[in-house]
Amino acid sequence: MTRWQQVLAIAAGLSALAAALASLPSMSTQFLILVAGVLGALSLARFVIYLTYWIDGALAILAGVALLTGLDQPGAALWLALLAMWLFAWLFIDRLAGALAAGTLKWPGSGLIVPLAFGLTLLVIWEALVRGLSIPHVLLPPPSSIWATLINSLPTLWKDFQQTFLKGVLSGFALGTLAGLVVAILVDRSPFLKRGILPIGNFASALPIVGIAPIMVMWFGFDWQSKAAVILCVTFFPMLINTLAGLNSSGRMEGDMMRTYAASYWQSLFKLRLPAAMPFIFNALKINSTLALIAAIVAEFFGSPVVGMGFRISTGVGRLDVDMVWAEVAVAAVAGSASYGLIALIERAVTFWHPSVRGGRA
Amino acid sequence: MSGLRESRTFAILVVVGTLLVVWYIGSLLLNLQPQLDSYGRFGLPIPALPQLISDLWSQAKPILPAPHQVIAEVWNTTAGQAITSKRSLLQQAGITLAGTMLGFLIGTCLGLLLAVFIIHNEAANRSLMPWIIASQTIPILAIAPMLIVGFNAIGLTGLLPKALISTYLSFFPVVVGMVKGFRSPDQMQLDLMRTYNASRWRVFWKLRWPASAPFLFTSMKVGIAIALIGALVAELTNTGGGGLGVRLLTGSYNGQTVTMWAVLVVAATLAAILVVAVGFAERVVLRRMGAQPV
Repeated sequence: MTRWQQVLAIAAGLSALAAALASLPSMSTQFLILVAGVLGALSLARFVIYLTYWIDGALAILAGVALLTGLDQPGAALWLALLAMWLFAWLFIDRLAGALAAGTLKWPGSGLIVPLAFGLTLLVIWEALVRGLSIPHVLLPPPSSIWATLINSLPTLWKDFQQTFLKGVLSGFALGTLAGLVVAILVDRSPFLKRGILPIGNFASALPIVGIAPIMVMWFGFDWQSKAAVILCVTFFPMLINTLAGLNSSGRMEGDMMRTYAASYWQSLFKLRLPAAMPFIFNALKINSTLALIAAIVAEFFGSPVVGMGFRISTGVGRLDVDMVWAEVAVAAVAGSASYGLIALIERAVTFWHPSVRGGRA
Repeated sequence: MSGLRESRTFAILVVVGTLLVVWYIGSLLLNLQPQLDSYGRFGLPIPALPQLISDLWSQAKPILPAPHQVIAEVWNTTAGQAITSKRSLLQQAGITLAGTMLGFLIGTCLGLLLAVFIIHNEAANRSLMPWIIASQTIPILAIAPMLIVGFNAIGLTGLLPKALISTYLSFFPVVVGMVKGFRSPDQMQLDLMRTYNASRWRVFWKLRWPASAPFLFTSMKVGIAIALIGALVAELTNTGGGGLGVRLLTGSYNGQTVTMWAVLVVAATLAAILVVAVGFAERVVLRRMGAQPV
């Protein structure tokens, strides 16, 4: 263990011990904290015998469970248990990351444990702080109550998702990306147009294009068509400039080789330059996948039928129904991450030759 | 003539000119039907073409205002108003700019700190990085209104709530860019520092920090542009506070398309000025650090 990990281990063991001691007066109700605290204190034995990092992980989980079940009666024992949980989780993540870097842990998917453990720790701390400090519900509801709302209103959420994501985002994303790609390929044929459009495209992608949302709502009505129009405008420019940059990225040598093969313009476009542009195109797709969802939701603030994620969020804010708002946010975050992940997966398959993929880490 | 065709400025001017022509034609076509309806309502005959075109380009609430209408509105609301007047778009832009700059500053500092932490700690690299990327899939702009309400509830009012939305958006490009930048020195340079027996912090200040300067400015250009978007959207709820976002919203409620386009033009100009300012700082700093002008 490194020096830092030793410090963490001592701090974790001591705070577990303190939690156990603090829970003694109310032993009958805080029994789990006592158990977790005693076991955590016993982990100090690691300086005599070797303890694997899985034990740290198990101790963090145990402390977390004890913490969550005992949240009804805040007190010193609870906060010390929270501290111990946090320190054990940190120690676990640090040691696990070390093992992963050293290559001693090689299961498939083991790289996912670290971010998952980190996220889980954050959720537990969020729940504990919000409920333990009785933070007003309006400000920040605990994850458990967001989850309950999410499960209870699945039909509504699904309808909103259909309206905003399946209709608005997907159609707008497809149109904008395709338009950007086609215009880039057309512009690429003329050096004159390229010189004129590239600076303007760069400039336009820095503009607050979301601002045209109210105008689009005025033109195309409240339904999903106006959202698709906003998304088209927002996603067009990143795609245009990235594709243009990508089409220029294939080397001179490869271009010369295509010439010696007497390849036509279209042959060298499809066999050389578009494949070489793929890393850039996927970069734009990734940027666009998050931009599109945001644009759709913001556009719905300016007018929408009585369904849709943006509509639900703005009415939820008005009625202070924060659980529903956060449930929509959770759906949006999952949808956004999933589309980002999907694009990243396709990217790995398509650009398998690129150094960033061959190196194993994107 | 070939010199003109090679010139970048000429190419840009041609493209901009084409866009303007398309805009003018578009404003004729889109505004035609409402104009014909209005003639019919007042029982007027359809006038000759020059008069018709001039009518189409001077409607009070056109579907697509012509460029000169927008420019006239921008002129009236900036140069035509005292800067202290609430109707002055310059004053509103100033409110938005304050929120943007504060959020951008906090965001850049936060991004730098996170990047330093991530390159020095393997656990942070593995646990933070995926969540930082995931954090940007949360449509923060979408919940900005609610967050503002929440911030107000705990007594945070005025500039800061707006700035925090900008922070959330602008820290991301800085983290991603600077993690790359701090890792940009190659093995040979790192080995050299090792032979000098340099400590981690020495390596950081003498090698990694200077080497990452180009990355910092590139990230800051992206960051300041989205910080402005964040401030703009955050203003959509904070109707009392003023700002360009508020003008956009009221324009949208009242159907004042000319005002909305004027606000968009001012916002776009502001974004351009900010990005150019960062670019200028980049040139000055990099030149002082001894970079060769490209």
